Amino acid sequence: MAIRSKISFFDIINYTVLALFTLTCFFPFYYLFINTISNNDLSSRGLVMFYPIEIHLSNYAQVFQIPGFGQAALVSLGRTVIGTLLTVAASGFLGYLFTKQEMWGRRFWYRFLVITMYFNAGLIPWYLIMRNLGLLNNFLAYLLPAIVSPFYIILVKTYVESTPISLQESAQIDGAGYFTVFWKIIMPLITPILATIAIFSAVGQWNQFYDTLFLVTDQRLYTLQFILWRYLNEATSVAEIMRQTGGSTRLDLSMMPTATSIRTTVTMIVVVPILLVYPFFQRFFVKGIMIGAVKG
Amino acid sequence: MQVGPSQASTSTPIRERFQIKSKHWLFLMACPFLVLVFIFSYLPLGGWIYAFYDYRPGIPLSKSDFVGFHWFTAMFSNEVQRSEMVRVLRNTFAISSLGILTSVLPVIFAIMLTEVRNASFKKIVQTFTTLPNFISWVLVYSFAFMLFSVDGGFLNNVLMSLGWIEEPTNILASNQHTWLAMTLWGVWKGLGWGAIMYIAAITGIDQELYEAAKVDGASRFRQIWHVTIPGIMPTFFVLLVLSIANFINNGMEQYFIFANAMNMSNIEVLDLYVYNVGITGSNFGFATAVSIMKSFVSLFLLFLANGLSKAVRGETII
Repeated sequence: MAIRSKISFFDIINYTVLALFTLTCFFPFYYLFINTISNNDLSSRGLVMFYPIEIHLSNYAQVFQIPGFGQAALVSLGRTVIGTLLTVAASGFLGYLFTKQEMWGRRFWYRFLVITMYFNAGLIPWYLIMRNLGLLNNFLAYLLPAIVSPFYIILVKTYVESTPISLQESAQIDGAGYFTVFWKIIMPLITPILATIAIFSAVGQWNQFYDTLFLVTDQRLYTLQFILWRYLNEATSVAEIMRQTGGSTRLDLSMMPTATSIRTTVTMIVVVPILLVYPFFQRFFVKGIMIGAVKG
Repeated sequence: MQVGPSQASTSTPIRERFQIKSKHWLFLMACPFLVLVFIFSYLPLGGWIYAFYDYRPGIPLSKSDFVGFHWFTAMFSNEVQRSEMVRVLRNTFAISSLGILTSVLPVIFAIMLTEVRNASFKKIVQTFTTLPNFISWVLVYSFAFMLFSVDGGFLNNVLMSLGWIEEPTNILASNQHTWLAMTLWGVWKGLGWGAIMYIAAITGIDQELYEAAKVDGASRFRQIWHVTIPGIMPTFFVLLVLSIANFINNGMEQYFIFANAMNMSNIEVLDLYVYNVGITGSNFGFATAVSIMKSFVSLFLLFLANGLSKAVRGETII
């Protein structure tokens, strides 16, 4: 059609800048990936730059032989799954309870909860409390502090308040208690917001790093994020140990674990779960933060 | 049992009876969660007491010396310590200020993206630019390491093969431009995500405003200037006010991970300083005193930002 305007100078600049920034965001992921599947010797010298060379997949098998790696993967997976379930359940239920005008001291308790978003005692007092509670070197330290999150509860409360109250009332007249109403009426209604919370919470748990740093010295409780951080600093010695314990190896130089192959491969393994769930949650999170934005 | 007949008569008494019985029951159901809030958010405030003792790990508090406000005055008592605090505060202010300056970038990015008419291009850009927000700082550092490291890093190799440099430079272990580098990593990670709110705000602008502007002969730039920008100003303002409230809370994860012996003097923000003094240096009393000061200053900033928001927009943020 003639109405369609021609491509302007502005469009050219606009598309170019956006494309360049997109490339900047995408390239690191691509660069690490091609390095995990290329000749390890070339990769460690930085010669794999734009496309993979001599493709092999042995790095992915090898990193699971690093002592403690499999355990760390289990710990990360465990805290993500259990932590997310607990957070979603608690946020859903508590968010619903706070919509009940008749709750004893509702206004007070709601403020008691929400105000914790705005202060924080500081690192040392927090560390000392965690220690006094026996949460050093304890898997529960990954779960308990994350259960109640004011922001998620605000999201649920706002969402429940936007659903028609008549549904709840009719169920109550039929003799349903609060818990039944929550389970049978509210839960199906608030699934979209719970999905949003599940995504945020799962990503948060998977990415969490510094609780391990502060609270855990027991190697059996190390997470993937934590051992990745250690490998970034000590990969050379890990590679050395693997070359020795790998022993009688028939591996040639191109597949021999190097500091670079360990760093890149572990990084890819930590990134992949996020890449896998990312397309699913893209459609939820926009909705999620917009609800949050309305409430401020 | 009298419940049966009275229930049948009218609905109002039922509801009242229901409420009297249930208001405590509702509280009891919420109680376990409130206990968790108390333990993990309020109980640590009790730990502020350590700021008034000469506490060393391993010795119980009851056997430690009470030192009053010693740790608070110690922050600025002697020349060495004073310059140390000034350095840490300068890092904090510089990085936060750069953060506030770069907070217009997501606005620009959002406007640019909404000006794109090709839907699939738009989708691709949004997908890839939002992704970095969902990876941890450890992973970001791993990327940085691979791209910028001194032996075999991507950038050094590219520059050397182009013949632009002779020797590889160690960008990560450098004391140059640390504040800027930290800000740029923050932009790389947060830009696409930060733009989402603005994109939603732009989508919410009444299309009739654009139509009216077109009828009046407004060019594309004029439409952006007179319709789009005023449309997203409220969102920008709220986020700006929040970032003022968080001016001294940079967090520590990014800085902790990117820190090394070379750049420590320029990367050490308040939160990282508390960690270095308290956990690494085992000086719990002093680190807690710094935390307390920090809490009061950020509380003050929060009220200031809230007042600002009330004055300008007539709406509070808390």
